[in-house]
Amino acid sequence: MTAHLKMDKPDHRHRLDHMAQGVIGQPLDRPEGPLKVTGTATYAHEWQVAGMCHGVLARASGIGPVIRSDAEVVLAMPGVLAVITDERLLRNPAQGTADAAPVQGTDIAAYVGQPVALVVAETFEQARHGAQRLGLIIDVDDMAVTDPETAVLETPKGKQHSQGNLAAAMANAAHSVDVTYRTPAHSSAAMEPHAAIAMWDGDMLTLRGSYQMLKYNRNELADSLGVSPENVRILSPYVGGGFGAKLGIAPEAVAAAIAAQKLGRPVAVALTRQQVFETTMRRSETRQRVRLSLDEGGQLTGIGHDAWVSNLPDESFSEPVTQATRFLYAGDNREIGHHIARVHRTCAGSVRAPGEAVGVTVLENAMDELAHVAGIDPVELRKRNIPDRDPETGKPFSSRRFAEALDRGAERFGWSERRAPGTRREGEWLIGIGMASAARVNALMESKARVTLNPDGRAVVETDMTDIGTGTYAILTQIAAEMLGLPVNQVSTSLGDTDFPSAAGSGGSWGAASSGTSVFLACENLRSQLAQRLDCAEADMTLKDGQAVFDNRVQSLSDILDGDSLTAEGHIEPGATSEAVRQATFGAYFAEVAVSAVTGETRVRRMLGVFSAGRILNAKTARSQFLGGMTFGVGMALTEELVHDPRDGHIVNHDLAEYHLAVNADVPQIEVEFLEERDDWASPLQAKGVGELGICGAAAAITNAIFNATNVRVRDYPATLDKIIAHL
Amino acid sequence: MQTKLTINAQAHTLEADTRTTLLDALRFHLGLTGTKKGCDHGQCGACTVLINGRRINSCLTLACMHDGDEITTIEGLGTPEAMSTLQRAFVEQDGFQCGYCTPGQICSATAMLDEIKAGWPSHVSDDLLADPDLSDIEIGERMSGNLCRCSAYPNIVDAIRDAAGTDSA
Repeated sequence: MTAHLKMDKPDHRHRLDHMAQGVIGQPLDRPEGPLKVTGTATYAHEWQVAGMCHGVLARASGIGPVIRSDAEVVLAMPGVLAVITDERLLRNPAQGTADAAPVQGTDIAAYVGQPVALVVAETFEQARHGAQRLGLIIDVDDMAVTDPETAVLETPKGKQHSQGNLAAAMANAAHSVDVTYRTPAHSSAAMEPHAAIAMWDGDMLTLRGSYQMLKYNRNELADSLGVSPENVRILSPYVGGGFGAKLGIAPEAVAAAIAAQKLGRPVAVALTRQQVFETTMRRSETRQRVRLSLDEGGQLTGIGHDAWVSNLPDESFSEPVTQATRFLYAGDNREIGHHIARVHRTCAGSVRAPGEAVGVTVLENAMDELAHVAGIDPVELRKRNIPDRDPETGKPFSSRRFAEALDRGAERFGWSERRAPGTRREGEWLIGIGMASAARVNALMESKARVTLNPDGRAVVETDMTDIGTGTYAILTQIAAEMLGLPVNQVSTSLGDTDFPSAAGSGGSWGAASSGTSVFLACENLRSQLAQRLDCAEADMTLKDGQAVFDNRVQSLSDILDGDSLTAEGHIEPGATSEAVRQATFGAYFAEVAVSAVTGETRVRRMLGVFSAGRILNAKTARSQFLGGMTFGVGMALTEELVHDPRDGHIVNHDLAEYHLAVNADVPQIEVEFLEERDDWASPLQAKGVGELGICGAAAAITNAIFNATNVRVRDYPATLDKIIAHL
Repeated sequence: MQTKLTINAQAHTLEADTRTTLLDALRFHLGLTGTKKGCDHGQCGACTVLINGRRINSCLTLACMHDGDEITTIEGLGTPEAMSTLQRAFVEQDGFQCGYCTPGQICSATAMLDEIKAGWPSHVSDDLLADPDLSDIEIGERMSGNLCRCSAYPNIVDAIRDAAGTDSA
């Protein structure tokens, strides 16, 4: 039985609120937690496969045609089984939801670090030695453009927008700012390096890998190899972090599959940490010009946001920097600019919250600058400029507790104690507080799941959805338990196998609402099947603790099932509600920093985020998602920066010693609060995405706090000590 | 090369390349994949194990250097059915998300609590001779060799504090 819904109308029923089990939204522990903390959850590179050999990718050390390699020398080394230079190897990973192969080939290295060969050997040590020994002669192209500042720009028509007359608004403004900020490239830097184990059984390929969106990944892998998707199965039950880096099929998967086929043996390929930096997606660096004009009453009259980003040739993705600028604040005169530099650097793609992570951050810095020049409180400035409707399209917002988030955050954080910039000092430390708004677009995507009620009354949820740390195992279990009236330990959820119904995948913050709705629909169908057996209306039946209550009678599910099992597939498709209203999530961040007057070092002392993101499905895992997002913001504000060599564009700091993630000592006890909200337009769960909202402006709260502490504006991220100390 | 190792109280005889790190010996030769490879360069802490009770990055040491040593991995600290106090606290406090850095965090925390008990000072200890407190700042400092990109740090601190039976400070 299939229960299908196209989301054409808002769902005002709030069914999850009318169920009896009482587990939805509860801060329940992750069901897979005991496996993860004991080392028994099996990640991609950990399957013990008989006869498995190891492959290590060899990288191009320059940009240009690969003339030759001394493969014969490597083939003679102990244990080496093959040196594979196949035209199907990937130049770089597929972009998220590409659904087809990315650019392939090993004849020309388009960027430094591109994988151009795979050395396979009996052991990992032998393969690594072979890959290091492989001499690749590259006819280096000295003319290859690697600097976005000097590259030829593309300015696609569809990515520009203009309404009213911004120049006139700026000229007539009571107060205005016209500022340019820069953000460097970032790396997702998930803790688990990309890895794949490929094995063939005849013409059937099984690949154990670490990917976020299996439905798309299967098609991408099949297309890359030139085989039918039906012949490809991908398993990713546990993914050691993604943050966008594992959205698309990546070089290690295709290399492992080709090698396994050639050798007739299972082949494992894992990227080294350096390869993760060089050959998986980076977030583009950005240059952003923001123009804001304000009238005497503190109303915005104009907003301009121009962005310059970069990517490799032949890539359709470009960092959508201004995505939320288009609806966050009012203002009649608006201009959006978007320019793409084609450069021979590591491929740019999605890194957690592509667009808003850097775009809202810079917009929120500019708003802080405007508040300062206009002498208006930063919270007040934002509240005065919350638009009634989407200022570009005139569409209403689906649900939005933005003003409440600003007020609640200000109250809880003690915003009223904020002093004039540069006036609070505790010994060596200059203290300041800052705030910023949060905003991220929301989406629903097609997703399917199967739910089976077994004769013993236990339920099984199956979908190829992934859990990349996001809490999918927990929330799908809770949705099924709530809808079927079962304790959570009576529901088991299996994920990450393309043999299961295909899901939306993890990305774009749409995973929970999309896959959760597919489970919800399947469970609604199971409820109808149960009601039919009881000869009552579905709505008149209450399910709780494995029992059905109806017509003043009580019967256990196992009695109702009477030895049968019931199954249903839920299938959600996005519909008219995606276009009829502006769907987004909102919030407010507050941060307190201490800046050393001696060294210029910034320490984050306190941080709070208050969010408006629809129904929260699990208060514990959702909070963790926000902690993670806000900590990405700490990294973006203070330390994270991919440094490209100006000569050939290669990433200089391609490891975790030189690319500085926030560590435990950098992160205070961050506080997170959710506002109670239901978004009827978003999904029948009334839930929206939470995985990215935590980073969408968080860094600005910190850099705005640095200004409050020191009177120093850092417009070139990250705010390292050298950029502050010079001005103290 | 042959190396005799005691891992989680079980004797093993390892036959491996001299270039094999202790981490790769555990993962590829002995099937103990609870110990994770995050960087292979001692930069992330995901491979932390205990050697004779002390924490070490197992990617930075060769297996053949540990003949006769007693090694404890995450699998030796508890099982899903019988978790250690720290493991249970990590589940309850959500001290992880993707779970990949988690075995390293827990091995590291296990040894770190012993280091505190033994009176070892850290960079943030005010008095190098006094017994260190298990304050949040001490936990944060001593756990900063274990990266977590999901950034469960506040929950990791809570879990360690809970497991050690001390109050927030």
